[in-house]
Amino acid sequence: MYFQIQDLNVYYRAIHALQGISLTVNKGEIVALIGGNGAGKSSTLNSISGVVDITSGSITYQDENITGRATDQIVRKGLVQVPEGRHIFPKMTVQENLEMGAFLKNDKAQIQRDMERVFDLFPRMKERRNQPGGTLSGGEQQMLAIGRGLMGDPDLMLLDEPSMGLSPILVEQIFDIIVDINSQGTSILLVEQNAQMALAVADRGYVLETGEIVLTGSGLDLLNDPKVRAAYLGGDSDASESGSGAYYF
Amino acid sequence: MTLNFFNPNKKKSSGVRRINWLRIIVGLGALAFLIYRAIILITRPTYGSVFWLSFLNTGLIVGGMYALIAIGYTLVYGVMSLINFAHGDIMMLGCFAGFFTFEAFDAWKIGDSNFMNMYPGLAIFLAFLAGTGVSMISGYYLEKIAYRPLRNSPVRLAPLISAVGASIFIETAAQLMFGATKKTYKNPPLLARGSGWNIEMGDGMIVITKTGVFSLILALILMIGLYIFVRKTKLGKSIRAVSQDKNTAQLMGINTDRVASQTFMISGVLAGAAGVMWGIHNGLFNHYVGFLPGIKAFTAAVLGGIGNIPGAMAGGMILGIVESVGPAFLGIDFQLKDVIAFSILIFVLILKPSGLFSKNASTQEKV
Ligand SMILES: Nc1ncnc2c1ncn2[C@@H]1O[C@H](COP(=O)(O)OP(=O)(O)OP(=O)(O)O)[C@@H](O)[C@H]1O
Ligand SMILES: [Mg+2]
Repeated sequence: MYFQIQDLNVYYRAIHALQGISLTVNKGEIVALIGGNGAGKSSTLNSISGVVDITSGSITYQDENITGRATDQIVRKGLVQVPEGRHIFPKMTVQENLEMGAFLKNDKAQIQRDMERVFDLFPRMKERRNQPGGTLSGGEQQMLAIGRGLMGDPDLMLLDEPSMGLSPILVEQIFDIIVDINSQGTSILLVEQNAQMALAVADRGYVLETGEIVLTGSGLDLLNDPKVRAAYLGGDSDASESGSGAYYF
Repeated sequence: MTLNFFNPNKKKSSGVRRINWLRIIVGLGALAFLIYRAIILITRPTYGSVFWLSFLNTGLIVGGMYALIAIGYTLVYGVMSLINFAHGDIMMLGCFAGFFTFEAFDAWKIGDSNFMNMYPGLAIFLAFLAGTGVSMISGYYLEKIAYRPLRNSPVRLAPLISAVGASIFIETAAQLMFGATKKTYKNPPLLARGSGWNIEMGDGMIVITKTGVFSLILALILMIGLYIFVRKTKLGKSIRAVSQDKNTAQLMGINTDRVASQTFMISGVLAGAAGVMWGIHNGLFNHYVGFLPGIKAFTAAVLGGIGNIPGAMAGGMILGIVESVGPAFLGIDFQLKDVIAFSILIFVLILKPSGLFSKNASTQEKV
């Protein structure tokens, strides 16, 4: 198994945020993890990245148990998280932000190649390379956040709500880029509230509700599941009809 | 473990209006007094220009030392949101290390002479190496012992209390080990204390001491070096990243514990250098030598905006100058110069707690 979470439990003091969730990602897949506010999506990614304490359960990556490892070791293994809300270093330039993404890399030539690749994906970043990250627009910051994640040369990329707060056109662009990154060989675990878009690009999906996985299936199956449609895709209306109306603002 | 009283973006509460009135009254009162003093000094000059220039000279020298120490407060605050009140004592340990190095070189007889007289340059270099090294290691262990265990403490004041405890511990330990009596730095002949150049002016002369020139130049070199270090090196950039967004820095694979250690070590190096300068320039010292410079450098860091490196440098220089020009300007006793530093601290905290240079712009580079 490429990547697997088994029976993961996470508590924040008295709050039982993750109540025994299990999920898998196969090599080369895009797996969507959808759910409403406070369902535990970010907590799942933060458990993988080793920034929250895990009470019980296991996380294995390429047949190695990585539960409870320090974050830098997990990043070194190629599990890179792009956090919710972008979290650009505001006073560092675009280029410095990208360099931080490659913090664990020492091969200068490789870093340079990765940066060129990011600039190919996001030409806007090249124009703005000397601008402080904090002065970029929201959409540009999201691009920078994804680009910074790519600088870590991820094998499995953990994306936390990349579409948050973006206009419909930008959301389309970001999802195109996610598919593009995936086609270049990076597996993706995609956390989204925008179920419509996420399930459309995902091979498989999981629905998380108050710390429990309540539904799983292929992206298409979930997209057509009446329960998912009722809860996340704006009631009974037809998905194709509702179109971008399914965005959660 | 954030100390919120420095946070300029604090949520506005109903008390804000009253505080604004307080600020206006305090600010106008202070301004009126300064203008009154300026008029008096212009109409009835008590000091000639030579005096003012030599006050400025003194201020620049001590200001350089304050600046070096202040950088340590600001770096540590940026990375850990913590005021390291034992920082002055780290400087004191550096001062002792330099002292013992010179003592050893003075006692080391070579023929008719000794090591100190034969290799004064090398002796100075090694004294600074010892001072910065001892302070660096002390900083490293201070963080590990006094702060790291309290990192996730639910009691927000715990690290602050620990800082005060560590400060008292270090001072008392130094007193027990080295005695309470004041000691005198033995300088190599190259930097004999008091020697220097007399510059004749119209109504007198200014004494430029070798130790002063040396200290100021070395302080400036270290400040420029630190600035380049923080801007250009990978470690420097990781310090900036942690100070801007600790959790995200962690997601980049930056080990924030290691960065905390490294920050304390860098702060220690600068404080140690200031400690040796202090000894070389002022001569007399004991285990309390770090106390006043420590609090004053803290004032300088607040003046420049805590967390802001260039601000700490400027704050240190400004404080040094104001403190030495101040008594004459205000017409008060010269022994009251320490009061000036603390008055500035209070005025800054009331009038502009985010520091002189803050513009509240999100793009302004700090650490
Ligand atoms: N550091 C924390 N301390 C205490 N409770 C937390 C912490 N982080 C998350 N929680 C709680 O855990 C639950 C799950 O939060 P999480 O951030 O994982 O949700 P999410 O699915 O990512 O939500 P959103 O879509 O709003 O980002 C929530 O009830 C939240 O309040
Ligand atoms: Mg979330």
